[in-house]
Amino acid sequence: MSSHQIDILFLASLVGVTCALPGVFLILRRVALMSDAISHAILLGIVLAFFMVKSLSSPLLIVGAVLTGVLTVALTELLINTRKLKKDAAIGLVFPLLFSIGVILLSRFAGDVHLDTQCVLFGEIAFAPFNRLMIGNMDLGPQATWVVGGVLLINVTFISLFYKELKITTFDAGLAASLGFFPALINYIFTALVSVTAVGAFESVGSILVVALMIAPPAAAYLLTDRLFHMLLISAALGILSALGGYFMAQGLDASIAGSMATFSGIIFFLVFIFAPERGLMAKLIVRKYKKWDFASETLAVHLLQAEQAHAEENERVVKHMNEHMLWSDDYTSEAIVKGLKEGVLKKDGNKLSLTSYGREKAKNILSKE
Amino acid sequence: MNAHKHKNENETMPAIEVTDLTVAYREKPVLWDVDFQAPQRQLLAIVGPNGAGKSTLIKSILGILKPAAGRVLVMGKGYRPQSRYIGYVPQRGSVDWDFPTNVLDVVLMGRYGHLGWFRRPSKEDRSFAMECLEKVGMADFTNRQISQLSGGQQQRVFIARAFIQDAPIYLMDEPFAGVDATTEKSIIALLRELKTKGKTVVCVHHDLQTLKEYFDYVMLLNVRRVALGPVKDVLTQDNLRRAYGGRAAFLAGDKDEDGTQNSKEASSVES
Repeated sequence: MSSHQIDILFLASLVGVTCALPGVFLILRRVALMSDAISHAILLGIVLAFFMVKSLSSPLLIVGAVLTGVLTVALTELLINTRKLKKDAAIGLVFPLLFSIGVILLSRFAGDVHLDTQCVLFGEIAFAPFNRLMIGNMDLGPQATWVVGGVLLINVTFISLFYKELKITTFDAGLAASLGFFPALINYIFTALVSVTAVGAFESVGSILVVALMIAPPAAAYLLTDRLFHMLLISAALGILSALGGYFMAQGLDASIAGSMATFSGIIFFLVFIFAPERGLMAKLIVRKYKKWDFASETLAVHLLQAEQAHAEENERVVKHMNEHMLWSDDYTSEAIVKGLKEGVLKKDGNKLSLTSYGREKAKNILSKE
Repeated sequence: MNAHKHKNENETMPAIEVTDLTVAYREKPVLWDVDFQAPQRQLLAIVGPNGAGKSTLIKSILGILKPAAGRVLVMGKGYRPQSRYIGYVPQRGSVDWDFPTNVLDVVLMGRYGHLGWFRRPSKEDRSFAMECLEKVGMADFTNRQISQLSGGQQQRVFIARAFIQDAPIYLMDEPFAGVDATTEKSIIALLRELKTKGKTVVCVHHDLQTLKEYFDYVMLLNVRRVALGPVKDVLTQDNLRRAYGGRAAFLAGDKDEDGTQNSKEASSVES
């Protein structure tokens, strides 16, 4: 493996983790779409800052990005507060406006500079190793790695310092406000964090694909755990997995690295969506099937209890006639009986069914709940 | 001598005193010039139709909403969260119960006000949280994921979270909403226990039938204050009619009618 490949793999993994961490709170705050809005709108801030300093590596670009990110959220909330628009419409109005102003400025004035729309939209992680950070004659590695590493450091610092505050304002903003934590303030700081993340990552993966990396790994992690801290760790791990998997997929297909990373994060999400142990589609189907037979055997138990209490004819309890009483198909009836016998709810004396004492208790419980 | 007099004043002053409070959403008043005093060491209910401004009043007392006019005093002073005078129990439906956390963690959130910024809950906070969970009968659910709780259990967790705030005053937004009869009885027992410990409890309440049994004081609210005082004095047909607008007779009779009637009222307020 060449050193360029290692540079790219390392940078891609950094991007994966950096995006996944704030993504967790985007998912939990139900503002996933906001990442899309912010990552686009910051283009305007970047372009304006670029015109002021005429350099792509100035920290002023990040300041510009943060300001437009916060502006996006503020304008969106302003529109929502007029009560003439719903949130999705407000987001859909604000960010294309800011983004398109950025696109116009870029195409009209930036001319032949390095900052072109193609690069902004799709990034160019493959070229990252060629743009190196040099101090004197010392090669410190790709410049993008330092930028993304810096952003990761900011994210980790912010989330660990304000972990408790982020948690309470996300879960219960009302209580948070009553305890003196300012949910609105935290929200704006968090918005700034998302903006910094987007601007840090966009050089590598572009402003569209960064959204995939912010949303897919946390969305998958959400299905795998029920602890916030674990969700952060799993998201970070899945972010790295998306980066590595995406890179090798790109190699195999001879395709865009950023595109492959985003695709791979989507593949991971769908695998988790289907196979997650408790919340996955398969697990849900299995539980539902299990519950179906549970319900069938419970229905039988209730029927037998009613028959018992009404001192009904023996006929009501004959195995062969059970399908007629219940108006069930033969197969369904025999499955239900098998299930009931296995669970110890029913017992069979010759050709008649009756309740075990456990089954009688269970049936009584079910009826008393009605 | 002076100090003694001061102490007496402290004991007789209202726990919460709201004067001329007007709260508006976009120039449409939700509360109009409301005066409200909650006497100390009593259970007080705020009752009124949907859209009457009950939750708004509670949020304004807590400073979560900014009033257009008027003043709020808590134990004789302007309210600051740092004073930790008030423990707040929001509506159960106002939070996301699919949030990835467990019961103990939710209760510990009630401690965050004491911790302030940056500090994390300590071992003592944890054992205090366990105590509070025991008190509400939820000690067996400490590590349970919150999405697996029933409505009544969620409400108990919220009450435990209020206990851990260890405040002299509690504001609870519909603590009985959507809980079964057994839970309702145990919650009211807990509120009475708070009262005997000298706490003041103010609840937004919906059920006129249980009002007399559960509460000492009641405020009838419908954007304006309709009446405030001991339950038996306030709960007159006339007052109810003024609060609910002519439908008081069957409101007091049937819970379900109450619900449908209220939603109608709410839509007419919003349109």
